[in-house]
Amino acid sequence: MNRPGPVPTVLTYLWLVIAAVVLLFPVLLTVVGGFLPSNALLHQPPQLFAGHWTLENYRAAWRQPVVPLAPAFMNSLFVGVSIMLAHLVTSCLAAYALVFLRSPLRRPVFWLFLATIMVPYESIVVPNALFIRSLGINDNRLSLILPFLASGFGVFMLRQAFRQFPAELREAAVIDGCGHLRFLLTILLPATRPALIGIAVWSFLQGWNMYFWPLIISSSNNSLNTLQTAVFALKDNEGGSPAVLLAGITITLLPTLLLVVFGQRWLVRGFTAGAVK
Amino acid sequence: MTAPTLTATGVPAGDVHRPPGGIRRTARPARAREAALGLLFTLPGLAGLGVFVIFPLFQAVYLSTRGNDILGNPTRSVGLRHFHELLTPAFGTVLWQTLVFTVLVVVPGVLLPLSLAAPMTQRLPGMRIFRTAFALPFAYSVSAASVVWLIMLNPGVSPVNWVLGLVGLPAPNWTTEPGWAMATVVGVTVWMVSGFNLLVLAAGLAGVDEEVLEAARIDGATGPRQFVSIVLPLISPSIFFAVVTTTLTALQALGQVQIMTDGGPNGHTRTLVYSIFDNAFHNNNSNFGLASAQGLVLLVVGVLIAVVQFGVLERRVHYR
Repeated sequence: MNRPGPVPTVLTYLWLVIAAVVLLFPVLLTVVGGFLPSNALLHQPPQLFAGHWTLENYRAAWRQPVVPLAPAFMNSLFVGVSIMLAHLVTSCLAAYALVFLRSPLRRPVFWLFLATIMVPYESIVVPNALFIRSLGINDNRLSLILPFLASGFGVFMLRQAFRQFPAELREAAVIDGCGHLRFLLTILLPATRPALIGIAVWSFLQGWNMYFWPLIISSSNNSLNTLQTAVFALKDNEGGSPAVLLAGITITLLPTLLLVVFGQRWLVRGFTAGAVK
Repeated sequence: MTAPTLTATGVPAGDVHRPPGGIRRTARPARAREAALGLLFTLPGLAGLGVFVIFPLFQAVYLSTRGNDILGNPTRSVGLRHFHELLTPAFGTVLWQTLVFTVLVVVPGVLLPLSLAAPMTQRLPGMRIFRTAFALPFAYSVSAASVVWLIMLNPGVSPVNWVLGLVGLPAPNWTTEPGWAMATVVGVTVWMVSGFNLLVLAAGLAGVDEEVLEAARIDGATGPRQFVSIVLPLISPSIFFAVVTTTLTALQALGQVQIMTDGGPNGHTRTLVYSIFDNAFHNNNSNFGLASAQGLVLLVVGVLIAVVQFGVLERRVHYR
């Protein structure tokens, strides 16, 4: 846009720097605090640059006996990756059917998918918890992901993307004898890769950052803590050492910080594609 | 040989003249096959959502009319008793606090990132770094953000209290004073949503056509005037998107409340979703009937808000 004069330039930087100091101090505290000896943090204001760096907090958070983060990390990874893969598979197939396969049920099925987006998860969390409990899989990691394997939002997004695919190209492929599955896998999916990556990123983040459901599941079984519930449990049990908490939080932030720093365009595209033109 | 006439593409000639519309219509079995395949492809998605979203909705209605034994198993019908329990001043307060929380999160949660993204559209060095930096809170899950802010506000550590001390202000008990607890939870949520909204609004602003701005400038619209009457309408889809997603985030917020204040002090930060959690799962309360009834209230509130936002607000959105 326009190149501003010197005074607006100074004001712009002043405003942005002040905002950055205020908004990013918690981030600085998280990342730096985890490497400090705990007494450096028990100080007002925290001595972030006192000089002693240590990995002791990470070791403590990773292995401490009450809520070890190592298994929680594996659970989070399992939840994030499997929800991502499941969303991709179920959404691709459904969106393909909704766009390319004619059937009398196509419209109603589409509206059904769309309607599920309107249901806040918290409205149905009670029946789902009772259902999972009745299945008797409380000790199984599957209980962390079962309710989240399909996504109306994912179907909707991919339908938007598939509709952009030129009808003539598809006809040509069909005339050449290309079957549906082959067309989907070898032509359509590569052509709609940006949308797929967007869905993948969004689904992974949703799984990785999920809190309410793992809180319910892990309340009856500590070994099913994800990083998110483990951080809360750590805060509840540990109480004392902010440094260990901050180290633990930094571990939960690893993939998400990387995504925000290096994958911004996928984040925005994944969330807004179709919603914002 | 009496083979049917074939066209160049090898399709029976009669079919070519069928009405257009996607794929060529062939014989009945092929169409039935296509429909069957369509059903097969939607089946995994439908099964997942059917078992874990659609069916539970009906179950929630059923549960909301049931009492339960000490383990939480549904027992005999209690009619509409749970809904009667919702007609109390206490639940009115919960609804009111949910509304207050949502409004107080949405307005600054969209305006703050807008006030950061707008000056960042200027061609100045370092703007990309600022954008990435301001997006960082988006990386925080609700529990990570809540615990970090508990440390930020912990009297023994608090850099916030330290700054207040520098200017001679007393530090409040952020999470335990009735007047402050809600403000604290709101503030943390605004911080959390600001990262994502910044990315959304910056992307919207990046899409504003330079030529339109140039034309406006020639017509004498510059600075704030240009921003309000040209840029804002042009990015209204992004603003609308930010408002809708932030509203949903706020309405469904649980972790901030549960971790930072646990609904307290004295119920001052009790919101609808916290109340569902509390009745159903907290301290083995296991009041699943009441929690289900409140879940249905949440559903209705969510649908109403969506209807209002899409019916009223979206009319003012300017799509190109």
